[in-house]
Amino acid sequence: MKVGLFIPCYVDQFYPNAAIATLELLEKQGIAVGYPARQTCCGQPMANSGYEHLTEGCNSLFVDNFAGYDYIVTPSGSCALHLKEHLHTKKNNGVALGMRKKIYELTEFLTDVLKVKKLDAKFPHRVGLHQSCHGQRGLKLAQMTELTAAPFSKPAALLGMVEGVELVPLTRPDECCGFGGTFCVAEEAVSVKMGKDRVADHEQNGAEYITAADLSCLMHMEGILHRKNSSVKVIHIAEILNGVKEEVV
Amino acid sequence: MKHHADLAEVFNKDEERVDWHDETLWWVRQKRDKASHQIPDWEELRETASQIKLNVLSDLANYLEQFEKQAIANGVTVHWAADAKEHNQIVHAILQEHGITQMVKSKSMLTEECHLNHYLEEQGIGVIDSDLGERIVQLANEPPSHIVLPCIHKKKEEIGEIFHEHLGSKKGEDDPQILTETARTHLRSTFLTRKAALTGVNFAVAETGEFVVCTNEGNADMGAHLADVHIASMGIEKLIPQRKHLGVFLRLLTRSATGQPITTYSSHFKKPRPGQQMHLILVDNGRSIQLGREDFRNSLKCIRCGACMNTCPVYRRSGGHSYHTAVAGPIGSILAPNLDMKQYADLPFASTLCGSCSNVCPVKIDIHDQLYKWRQVIIKEGYGDKKKTLAMQAMAFTLSNPSAYRIAGKAGRVVMKYAPFAVNNSLNPWYKQRDMPKPPKQSFGEWYSEHRK
Repeated sequence: MKVGLFIPCYVDQFYPNAAIATLELLEKQGIAVGYPARQTCCGQPMANSGYEHLTEGCNSLFVDNFAGYDYIVTPSGSCALHLKEHLHTKKNNGVALGMRKKIYELTEFLTDVLKVKKLDAKFPHRVGLHQSCHGQRGLKLAQMTELTAAPFSKPAALLGMVEGVELVPLTRPDECCGFGGTFCVAEEAVSVKMGKDRVADHEQNGAEYITAADLSCLMHMEGILHRKNSSVKVIHIAEILNGVKEEVV
Repeated sequence: MKHHADLAEVFNKDEERVDWHDETLWWVRQKRDKASHQIPDWEELRETASQIKLNVLSDLANYLEQFEKQAIANGVTVHWAADAKEHNQIVHAILQEHGITQMVKSKSMLTEECHLNHYLEEQGIGVIDSDLGERIVQLANEPPSHIVLPCIHKKKEEIGEIFHEHLGSKKGEDDPQILTETARTHLRSTFLTRKAALTGVNFAVAETGEFVVCTNEGNADMGAHLADVHIASMGIEKLIPQRKHLGVFLRLLTRSATGQPITTYSSHFKKPRPGQQMHLILVDNGRSIQLGREDFRNSLKCIRCGACMNTCPVYRRSGGHSYHTAVAGPIGSILAPNLDMKQYADLPFASTLCGSCSNVCPVKIDIHDQLYKWRQVIIKEGYGDKKKTLAMQAMAFTLSNPSAYRIAGKAGRVVMKYAPFAVNNSLNPWYKQRDMPKPPKQSFGEWYSEHRK
């Protein structure tokens, strides 16, 4: 099994620890992981702003980088969803469309492909799980409260394999944090209010850490937590699943 | 003209009020969850409704002709209006014909869309809205902020003030029971004295030519049954093929809207009673154009339950008026650009694309996907901001060129300088109320080339 690791641009630039944890976590499962050096971005920042027509360069770069892999795994539900729904190129569209089926968000890959049943990790903390919308409603990583359907959660199941993790219940388990790509600045007032409310839900329910399968949500919430000097920290789910060392946090 | 973001910013100046608005609508969303989760085949019901509407939209012309034929046979006068103006003129002509200068009107979002009240007032005709919420916003001289709960943005103390000023209730009165009684007395005399009543239409049945109006207050019935002339206005998408399909839609509508099993009144109108005239106006107003837009056609399935508004985290924190259109919220944001792409270019961007709207929609409209698609259309048609276009082009260039990306990244992680959350200065909206993570010493790419090669 050849797995290509896709580290989205802002994770590469701002959250290398989450990327390292993703790589190590996959390697621990005995997987050969390749990281194509010329990768950049999934193209979503342009596309969600209405500029999908400017993503050709990004897309063909992505296709060139990841052709030849059996699976493409990324620690971001939002980027994974965007690629699954929109990856296309003018010169190599057959390959691009085929590639859509090979793209997996990390927790989805661990659950559905590797069928991970146990993890060697410890994280003795009260953790609030933020259900990032694109992962949850787009990739169906977890059941959605709107639907009349049986509950499940791939990220929560994985967190359940980590020693010491205590998941705190949330008053609104799957409300959006308000990041929303360029929405976070174009609609600054509402974006921040949504973030404040989301963070407050975790705080009021006693979370020490907020985790998620998407760093964009976490970056937004971290920005709000930091501004108000909150003691609550954010951490990408890969770092918990990989067995984070306290001092690295 | 103000955009959603500006209007939402104003709304957010009073955070306590935003919290109250959010909680109020969240409570309605929870009632909806409770009601829908009690129906084991809820998801199948949604799918069935969606398919029935798809069938209607696929053969709309024939269903409309069938409906018209049946309605005429029942003794109803049928009118066709190509747009809002024609609709308003038809209503006015009917009233003029009978020498009527005062009309009572129950809930009809279509007449809001057509700005009927304003038009009729200019012609010297007085309209009184008989839905309690609509009456309140009418007295306050405001448009409804929600399609099902028109005055959900008003607190009971504010309603007390309005009633004190206009209906003579005691100053400072804020007991909902007493305020409702005040409105009831006022509206009762309206119902008794109006010779014409206008209602909306929730469902029109093609096979029988009848139409169904759903209210909780019985105000549509009060108006229609007491008036000599009943005018019903409906968008051409309101059709369902057969009466039996009401069993699907009536189960979905109010559970989705308020969490009730069914509206208090689901009134069937088929023919005028002896001596009464019944007019039905079939209004297009852009619907045929929307039907022709393949990506947006499904928006015409909407049964106006308002569930997408109640669940929308943006709507709850920006209020209905920030959408500056008759139908606010997620569904309004995919309907409005069809009517005027320039004026409503901002609305498809007033969303995080979280997808909750599509999940609660009883007819399974892919609302958040349509928001994404409208963004593409609006930018391509040239209604985007020029500065944003330049930034996007620069960002697309950088992200298409690995070496440019590496260099940009190295120089203080400025790959993000084209992205929304840029350098830390007061001009960048990110920093008004948020911080950015400290740039790490190394990017992952740099770390990888040191540790894994």
